[in-house]
Amino acid sequence: MARTPADLVRAEPDPPFEITFDGRTVTALPGQSVAAALWAAGILAWRTTRHGGRPRGAFCGIGQCYDCLATVNGEPNRRACLVPARPGDAITTQEGHGHAGLAV
Amino acid sequence: MSNSSSDVIVVGAGVVGAACAYYAARTGLSVTVVDRGPVAGGTTGAGEGNLLVSDKEPGPELELALLSTRLWHELARELPAGIEYEAKGGLVVASDAHAMAALRKFAAAQAEAGVTTEEIPADRLHEAEPHLAPGLGGGFRYPQDAQVQPALAAAHLLRASGARVRTGEEVAAVLTGANGEVRGVRTTAGELHAPFVVNAAGTWGGEVARLAGGRLPVLPRRGFVLVTEPLPRVVRHKVYAADYVADVASGSAALQTSAVVEGTPAGPVLIGASRERVGFDRTLSVEVLRRLAAQATALFPVLAGVRAMRTYAGFRPYLPDHLPAIGPDPRVPGLLHACGHEGAGIGLAPATGLAVARQLTGGEPPLDLGPFHPGRFAAAA
Amino acid sequence: MPGSPSEPYDLVVIGAGPAGLAGAVTAARLGLSVAVVDAAAQTGGQYFRHPAPGLGAARPQALHHDWPAFAELRGRFEASGAAHLAGHHVWAVTRQDEEMWSVHALVGEDSGAVGSGTGSAEVSGSPSGGGTGSDGEGRTHEGFSAERERPVRLQARAVLFATGAGERHLPFPGWTLPGVVGAGGAQAMLKSGLVLPGQRVVVAGSGPLLLAVASSLAAAGAHVPEVAEASGYLGYARRPRALAANPHKLLEAAVHGTALLRHRIPLRTRSAVTAVHGTDRVEAVTVSRLDRDWRALPGTGRRIACDALAVGHGLAPQTELATGLGCATRRTPDGTHALVLDGLQETSVPGLWAAGETGGTGGWQLARTEGELAGIAVAARLRALPALTRSRRVRDLARRRDRMRAFAEAMVAAHAPGPGWTAWLDDDTDVCRCEEVTAGSIRDAVTALGARDARTVKLLTRAGMGWCQGRMCGAAVACLAASGTAQGTVPPSADRRPLAVPVPLGALAALPEEPGHA
Repeated sequence: MARTPADLVRAEPDPPFEITFDGRTVTALPGQSVAAALWAAGILAWRTTRHGGRPRGAFCGIGQCYDCLATVNGEPNRRACLVPARPGDAITTQEGHGHAGLAV
Repeated sequence: MSNSSSDVIVVGAGVVGAACAYYAARTGLSVTVVDRGPVAGGTTGAGEGNLLVSDKEPGPELELALLSTRLWHELARELPAGIEYEAKGGLVVASDAHAMAALRKFAAAQAEAGVTTEEIPADRLHEAEPHLAPGLGGGFRYPQDAQVQPALAAAHLLRASGARVRTGEEVAAVLTGANGEVRGVRTTAGELHAPFVVNAAGTWGGEVARLAGGRLPVLPRRGFVLVTEPLPRVVRHKVYAADYVADVASGSAALQTSAVVEGTPAGPVLIGASRERVGFDRTLSVEVLRRLAAQATALFPVLAGVRAMRTYAGFRPYLPDHLPAIGPDPRVPGLLHACGHEGAGIGLAPATGLAVARQLTGGEPPLDLGPFHPGRFAAAA
Repeated sequence: MPGSPSEPYDLVVIGAGPAGLAGAVTAARLGLSVAVVDAAAQTGGQYFRHPAPGLGAARPQALHHDWPAFAELRGRFEASGAAHLAGHHVWAVTRQDEEMWSVHALVGEDSGAVGSGTGSAEVSGSPSGGGTGSDGEGRTHEGFSAERERPVRLQARAVLFATGAGERHLPFPGWTLPGVVGAGGAQAMLKSGLVLPGQRVVVAGSGPLLLAVASSLAAAGAHVPEVAEASGYLGYARRPRALAANPHKLLEAAVHGTALLRHRIPLRTRSAVTAVHGTDRVEAVTVSRLDRDWRALPGTGRRIACDALAVGHGLAPQTELATGLGCATRRTPDGTHALVLDGLQETSVPGLWAAGETGGTGGWQLARTEGELAGIAVAARLRALPALTRSRRVRDLARRRDRMRAFAEAMVAAHAPGPGWTAWLDDDTDVCRCEEVTAGSIRDAVTALGARDARTVKLLTRAGMGWCQGRMCGAAVACLAASGTAQGTVPPSADRRPLAVPVPLGALAALPEEPGHA
């Protein structure tokens, strides 16, 4: 019986690369979404809600729920389950609407 | 009194119907509100909740708006905070010095009619609205302009009125007596009896008038609103370009758009306003969205990077002279009209409701209702 | 060239799953110019989601029982001459004139298809190499990169909606904790990214998808303590004819059943997760026994330690692009809304066809069958060859479709949510995940403010007004709204979501002027 998803499909991925999550180094595989790379590192939350400040991460997994919104390289509200991870990406926990800098 | 009879039946559970119910109930009348849809299901639910004096030239509508402004201020203290009343003020901006001169003249006339205005020179616009585009000709601030969340405002007014509310019941007939006087209505659920019926059916007010044997030429004037993703406060006032006033006053059936941009306590920025007479067609118009987005981002370039999450259409109840019909029907005793407020129904609702309540009880009208008399269209027929 | 849309296609297919691919292959074979637009980088849709090439999966079939059939369909599609426009997020379809539709898409939005180096956004086939971006200025604003996100308008003489379905969710206390994921979502993340949400994953909800999800999670190394199915599965016995006519479905269920046995996963029917425990992530769940109406039986709660929960309640057709054009819908036996279709897959609006889950959920084989039927029907219409629809093949396809459709309706009926689920909610349970609207405030809107339908609840509470536009909470809000009413119910309506995906205002502003407006 397989012990990992990669074993199950006999994956031989291209060389892994590094991204960061709130400054911490996370290893990602080519072809993984940002959310997949974070899950692989045991990270399930990368956003806090606007009102309650509660942690959230991927829920629907297919780009429909927008719960997985993350700040990717400074740009807020990217759907982590769709955005492919790229070498050097800096993912940061998005607080609320992610646009605090626009407030007047 | 039986469940099916009351002193007055209000047809329409939008904000105007709710205000009529509220002020009528305050005079001691028993009120039943009936609507074929839900509470705030028509134009009220599609509105932005503008309580404006800034877009009105001196005349009867401005008088009605000034009275309403005072009444909304009182209501904000009486109703729950959930109605999201914000006395944030309006800011009308002119694209260049020429437009500013015209705006200055318009504002001066308004000031004489009792509107508070404050000129903001071009070099101080950014203090008022930091994200405004550079190079504008200046603007005027209107501190009396305010905003509510229209559906919540209508629902809370209705609740505070204590009226019996019958939603999902369509009025099929207006019942009349031997002398043609109103006796009530027949709905899809049965008969309701009252000596007075108030037609607050908004854009559908023409149909209700027709059921009663009256005539009111209400037409739908479609508008789209774009709603952005949640944002912090990026727009402080209700901000719009001076040409909006000309669009409001126009009677043209063709598409007109002029950006009206404002934030909301819930986060999203709302972007209106388009006007076109295309019947009750809800189909998405990409051209309208394009123009609204282009005009809004021209005023606030920062919005170009912000996402529109949704859009919706509403149908303003339009009467040919842009004034609402408030008062007794000239032909049907006991029938009163309170509809046809076009895009200003949220703002004008309390004064309308108060005026209707006074008429129901034989009291002194709160302002001259002559210009709003529903009979003014009969002559032209 | 900015401002000038591409040459029209005969057919634009929205969705590159089995329905869309079958429709495109068929229409292209019959001589039509066809483009398939899809948000993802690869074909396959949700069901045949598979790892990106960079992950080097040698055996993708380990995650799909029917992989060879998909590989065959994909091969035919690639050889068909139809264009594959990947990474296209369609936000609206509008009528351009009596003979032409406009398909509006955003390219590159949250997608790996543009500039990802996979080359999958390459456009192949006829007639003119895809659409035309309209912002040539390359402006960049905060949050909107014109290089990354580009509006595209395609013109089509006919449109085939093959937009599939999304998972239906019902809320319960704790469902917003990290580690609670959609059952379909867990499956999708596994299929595409080869990842799991945790090591010990409880699977719960209702519908046959749960068995497939539990099997794949277990096969991929997760420990699945149990599957909690809220229905009884007895509903299947009430429709023996539909079952007997679909041996393949029975086989599929048996395969999953065997897999559960092999992984020693208990399947508990009439059971549901009624609470999730943990502060910042899932630590345990409570599974309760349910009565026939899905009310939790007091005292039956069992606490199960786990670090993730995969939960879902069947699928809901994605119909908003079609309903935006006025296409009629029907209520399915489990309370979702599906498009009304005629015998040849045409919607109530002539010129618009649909295939697959948009007409009601029914699985990939039904989708493929309907796609082929639709492809023939579109070709027959556009080429004025009605005889095409009178062939033996069409009769066979229609018969097969009707049989599978009957089975699917019987199956969803067996898993329809019981009314008692609303009692799982505490007043402070978030129902709308986006806007954090609680069950208590929704109940207030119903009891105190007179809301009787989902739209009014939305207006009064903001439930369904957030980023997902009610896709997650819509079913729940509709139930809660209807619960307070004796008189004055408003008939439920299909979702309307003008703007099927959020569009930057900068992208809208950069659209070319629409024809017909001087």
